[in-house]
Amino acid sequence: MSSHTAQHDAAATEVVNIAENRNRGKLPPGEKPLVASPGTWFVWAGVAVFFIFLFGIISSVVVDSFGKGWFTTWLPQEFTVSWYQSAWTRFDLTHILGVTLVVAFVVVVVSILVGVPAAYMLARRNFPLKRLVMVLFLLPILIPPITFGIPLATVMYNFGLGRTLIAVILVNLVPSIPFVIITMTPFIEQINPSIENAARMCGASMRQVFVRVLTPLLIPGILAAGILILVRTVGMFELTFLVSGPQSDTLVVAIYRAMTSAGGSEARALVSSMGVIYTAMMLIILIIALRFINPTQLVAQVKESRED
Amino acid sequence: MTAITETHRPNLPKGTSTASRAHRLAERGVDTKLLMLLPAIVFALVLFVYPFSYGIGLTFQPLPEIQDKFGGGIFANYVAFFKDPFIFDSVWITMRLALPVALFNVIVSIPIAFKLRHKFRGKRFMSTLLVLPITLGTVLTAQGLLIFAGRQGWLNRFLMETGIISSPLPLVNNYLGVVFSLVISGFPFAYLLISSYLSGIDPSLEAAAKTLGANWKQRFTKVTLPLLAPGLATTFILTFVLAFSVFPSARLVGDPLGGTRVMALMAYRSFAEQINYSMASTIAIMMGVVELIVIAIVLLGRSFLYKGSTGGKG
Repeated sequence: MSSHTAQHDAAATEVVNIAENRNRGKLPPGEKPLVASPGTWFVWAGVAVFFIFLFGIISSVVVDSFGKGWFTTWLPQEFTVSWYQSAWTRFDLTHILGVTLVVAFVVVVVSILVGVPAAYMLARRNFPLKRLVMVLFLLPILIPPITFGIPLATVMYNFGLGRTLIAVILVNLVPSIPFVIITMTPFIEQINPSIENAARMCGASMRQVFVRVLTPLLIPGILAAGILILVRTVGMFELTFLVSGPQSDTLVVAIYRAMTSAGGSEARALVSSMGVIYTAMMLIILIIALRFINPTQLVAQVKESRED
Repeated sequence: MTAITETHRPNLPKGTSTASRAHRLAERGVDTKLLMLLPAIVFALVLFVYPFSYGIGLTFQPLPEIQDKFGGGIFANYVAFFKDPFIFDSVWITMRLALPVALFNVIVSIPIAFKLRHKFRGKRFMSTLLVLPITLGTVLTAQGLLIFAGRQGWLNRFLMETGIISSPLPLVNNYLGVVFSLVISGFPFAYLLISSYLSGIDPSLEAAAKTLGANWKQRFTKVTLPLLAPGLATTFILTFVLAFSVFPSARLVGDPLGGTRVMALMAYRSFAEQINYSMASTIAIMMGVVELIVIAIVLLGRSFLYKGSTGGKG
């Protein structure tokens, strides 16, 4: 009986203690306050405002591209798909999309073929002037595209390459190859070199090591880098804009030109419908991309190399 | 017999290898496998180093009219850059846009990344949504902002119908429009970077501080922030670079002749509208110089911060 009361008392004091802790703003470990702190409110409010803007922006473009006579009302007076048809014929989107895909595909393939071996050497070897080589690959990413884009475009025009598809591909390779190198180097570093040594000991030539041992191990990294390059190239505006012409415009550049064309820009809904096509294309790439990579990787992969 | 005489050659200084030249080079890491680097280096030299040096050379060949107007011989382009207020003011205009935007993106990202670092339902979904603006690109963001935040847009309409404002706010075609567009494309970038840095800090460090009686303020200022600071500096640099080279949004949602006459825009105008390649290269290269100065200052500041392992998975 007495032991029971003692237990009861102990429990009671514990309750009092918890209550006191709560009054002082301290909670026992593992318990969360019922009312969120101002900090939490601030965080969620900030996130909410950001998403309101984001969805406002995306949905206004979508609504605009389907709307007719949208001036002073919440929603357009009527909905139509005719903007898409007229945009398709007016800007020859078949050609523009073809150019965009060809450029993106060629840039991805070439930068992986050139970048991965270089990344391999940088990851595995020490050699004289290595730091200089690293700087050489870092600069095109660190320097603003316009800074090297304008001299580069001048050179392209001097060589008579201006406004050609080749020029568009070449300028897009300038940041893409270093990007592959910089994302792949840490990836290769974490592959155990003894696997390659074992293959070499078993008599594999360097080529066999690359094709039969390394490539299968590198496939996830190559896919990630390739998709990132694809996103960057399809979205690359500045460099493409400086060298492209009517026959070699990619979709972003075509949209920009439609928005700023001399003699009054094109009808807003035409631009919007092109925008929706662009966003849809990007979304498809993004959905594929997210099957292979984590969202933070999309931006954070560059960080390792920036550390030194 | 010959092998013995080879290894005991007396006239060689001690420590000199007797191996062949190729072998000695290979010991220092130079052999034929280095050729794998060659294509990438050739691309970098042909498409980056050569045009860049050509551009620098071009800045010293000013057009005659620039020379007549500003003097200074071969340095006329630089004289023009510093003397012509229409051009030189673009430096401040660019800074006034890029610095506050980069600071804002970093500072607002810290508490958000901090609060959202724990696992919660829908975290991956939210991170995915945050990647969206990166794929939208500046041109699309500009078009959306023009419609959404324009005079007739949903934002102004909502604010007016709820009675918060009486006339539409001028949110686009000015400084503010460019800021919005830069925050929308830069903030997710800053947030994702900072949260990846934050996940690289070992949580047990903070737990240790907690067992020693530190409250959350002390834990943040004495433990987490010093460990996070180098990452913050890197994030600041990257968002600054993004905001600094803004060009399409300054033209589309900004006021391209006035308040958002950024350097990139001025360089492009010289290039495409005035067909003055040497002046365009001058502005472009000065743009790189200004950016590198800011980066150097931040990096210098960062060199005083903690360097080393943060113990986490990053």
